[in-house]
Amino acid sequence: MDLSAIIIEPGFFSNQPVQTALVVSAITAVVSAVVGVFTVIRGQSFAGHAFSDIGGAGASGAVLVGAQPLLGFVTLNVAAAGVMEMIGIRRARGRDLATGIVLGVALGFSALFLFLATTYTSTSGATVSILFGSLFTVAPSLIPVVAVLGAFVMALIAILYRPLLLTSIDYELAAVRGVPIRLVGIGYLIALALAVSLSSITIGAILSTALLVGPPATALRLTKRTGTAIAVASAVGVAAAWLGILISYDTASWSADGNGWPVSFCIVAVVFVFYVSASFPSRLGHRVRGHHQEPVKSLEPS
Amino acid sequence: MTGETRASEDADVLVIKDASVVLAGRTILDRVSFTVAPGSFTGLIGSNGAGKTTLLKTILGLVKPTSGTVSIGGAAGPRRDPIVGYVPQKIALEPDAPLRARDLIGLGLDGHRYGMTRPSARRRNLIDEILAAVNATRFADRRVGRLSGGEQQRVMIAHALISRPRLLLLDEPLANLDIGSSHEVVELLRRIATDQGIAIVLTAHDMNPLLHAMDRIVYIARGRAVSGTTAEVVRTETLSELYGYHVEVIHAAGRVLVAAGEAGEGKNARTPPAPPDSQVG
Amino acid sequence: MFETFMINAFETSAIVAIVSGVVGFFTVLRGAAFAAHAIPNGAFAGAAGASLLGISKLVGLGVFALVGAVLIAALGRRSRSDVATALTVALLLGLGDLFLSRSEEYSAQVFALLFGDILGVASYQIVPTALLGLACILVILMLYRPLLLSSVVPDVAEARGISPRWMDLAFLIILALVTTMAVPIVGAFLIFSLLIGPAAAARAFTDRPLPAMVMSSCIALVVVWAAIAVSYTTNLPVGFFVGSFSGLCYGLGRGWAIWGDRLRMSGRPAG
Repeated sequence: MDLSAIIIEPGFFSNQPVQTALVVSAITAVVSAVVGVFTVIRGQSFAGHAFSDIGGAGASGAVLVGAQPLLGFVTLNVAAAGVMEMIGIRRARGRDLATGIVLGVALGFSALFLFLATTYTSTSGATVSILFGSLFTVAPSLIPVVAVLGAFVMALIAILYRPLLLTSIDYELAAVRGVPIRLVGIGYLIALALAVSLSSITIGAILSTALLVGPPATALRLTKRTGTAIAVASAVGVAAAWLGILISYDTASWSADGNGWPVSFCIVAVVFVFYVSASFPSRLGHRVRGHHQEPVKSLEPS
Repeated sequence: MTGETRASEDADVLVIKDASVVLAGRTILDRVSFTVAPGSFTGLIGSNGAGKTTLLKTILGLVKPTSGTVSIGGAAGPRRDPIVGYVPQKIALEPDAPLRARDLIGLGLDGHRYGMTRPSARRRNLIDEILAAVNATRFADRRVGRLSGGEQQRVMIAHALISRPRLLLLDEPLANLDIGSSHEVVELLRRIATDQGIAIVLTAHDMNPLLHAMDRIVYIARGRAVSGTTAEVVRTETLSELYGYHVEVIHAAGRVLVAAGEAGEGKNARTPPAPPDSQVG
Repeated sequence: MFETFMINAFETSAIVAIVSGVVGFFTVLRGAAFAAHAIPNGAFAGAAGASLLGISKLVGLGVFALVGAVLIAALGRRSRSDVATALTVALLLGLGDLFLSRSEEYSAQVFALLFGDILGVASYQIVPTALLGLACILVILMLYRPLLLSSVVPDVAEARGISPRWMDLAFLIILALVTTMAVPIVGAFLIFSLLIGPAAAARAFTDRPLPAMVMSSCIALVVVWAAIAVSYTTNLPVGFFVGSFSGLCYGLGRGWAIWGDRLRMSGRPAG
């Protein structure tokens, strides 16, 4: 009577797609968590989510002209980051509007590329596969690419870490100290664009948003220290991803036709459960402290 | 409570009796009592964290007192109708929002009602009148988010005044103003109190710009309050008792300084953590 | 250009445009762009679920749009609204993934919900669209003043008894109504463009709230009709033109605003 055999269906670790999924999801979960802690602190979840849709248009376009989808994804996202920063905008509300405008146009292009793809190449294009994605279909050959891009994003965050933290927490103090705020902002937006590109193209847009926002928001519920939050978020992200993969694999083994629950759904559900359970203990404290949350005070110059 | 001398008449527009607020096990306000007469000018003075904002929220009915009562206009309990006007501290209006100063002031009249605004000559005249009263006619038709901080504040005062409240609450109206504009605002509020009989209650961390205008002062420290005239309250004995340690009230060049410890010793070690409130700018 | 299906397209898209212009005015004023993206996007999962259960897609859309709205409002009580919105959209899309994996539907039908099918609108769709649109407009007209006050100065509104949380929920429910109305017609992606672009452009041309709302509807109408007409002649998808024309309008608005500011600056006496 081996309990682990009941929880983990046989063949889990020797299954090659599962192995790839475990590795790829771990890398993307950690990168998303590191970038995501700042996304949550800075209130830029919308941009984080939008990049997965904007990049989708880039990927479809790239497929159309026979280029690497990842290349199209990254290129369009970095360009979009530039435009968002150019539209500029001083407050959180305005930033969301800038993101929305860019996203709206990108979705138009998605429609165009999708149409062209179905008309001229009779494929359904990259949009839907990117939207949902599936960890189990990731090619093992993608692992080195993921690792390199992930390392690059982490390096970018490491370089920006201190000024980024200062501008995220106290905008005015950062300005007084002479931190190049604009430069840090665009640097971070590019890191975010790259991290989202990386995760969307491998694990899909849904998971990209879930892993970018969920584990960091969970971690920031548990600790207020940024360094600790990054560590906790990474751990939560990897745990959620692996648990989700396990559930998806198990449900596939249990069902008669091998049609398990999609892995994206399983991971999102786990992320959501983690977040809600982390919110629960602090419920009372938050209720009495009042419900008014000001959108990122730190990013509004006086 | 040394200052609590007058019996609360029926005419008092605000009567707070032994109001305590406990949030998450912490006592934010501890048996606060004071009254506000119609047309009077009251300053709630205290440092950050002393409980001023909670006190304002309690008056507005957004925080319920754990014990004690807050009655406005003679009636107990929170009031929703515009007997109370409110001007918040942080007025962060969006620069691009399609809303003129005049529109925002109009919402002060009927913004809480369902349905659309019905334009009328009467409504327009009311708005013009109030614009003139707060000296805002010049920028009435400009986009309100593009106005300066001081101008936006005057628009918000007009917004609160247009519904003819009996009590006007202002949260730190002088916090971000230079000396000149803060003098202007105090004069404007003083005039509103005298001319229109509207009671003014405002919070401030520095009492000096208000000294000549205040009828009564409510001095708040560590959740407790004393109220009365400035002469009654701003005394070494009264404030020392309130703080629970010795503070010195120093009058210098027409200004008041509340300093911790012995006079002349400056801000020295012996003092407990909570810093005194009013420093000479 | 005026065959029956085109007439249908022009009629339904006009309803969608006018309503989204009105709702878009408040979307932009409240900075609710993310919610305007998340609710339609997540609601499509409801359509997938509905086809699984064999019930009407409109019901599925409506239910999920409402669930999305309530979830964003509930999570938003204890966390920042952008975090709440991101988690909600991820969860709803995850559910959509689950539903699709259980059903036999082709992904082509998913596309129809994401990108819409203006030219394929059938006559029987006009009535529900008009009714839902009318409901949206009536709710907005009823809540106009408190919603405006609460969007501009939430704390002052709260002091006057207008709860910001209720206003937030009310607005999210309005977005859910718009979603249910518009997703079968223009799709989840494009209703977003129509909610944001025209309203953002309109505020450059007027500084009064009601005219801005009306102008936002007019711009949305022009964008949609122009997109349909150009799409008809070029044979390219309507969605592409809706997206780019919306963006273009915003760009024009910004240009106009900057030009106006410059004129005012130069017209002002020095000092």
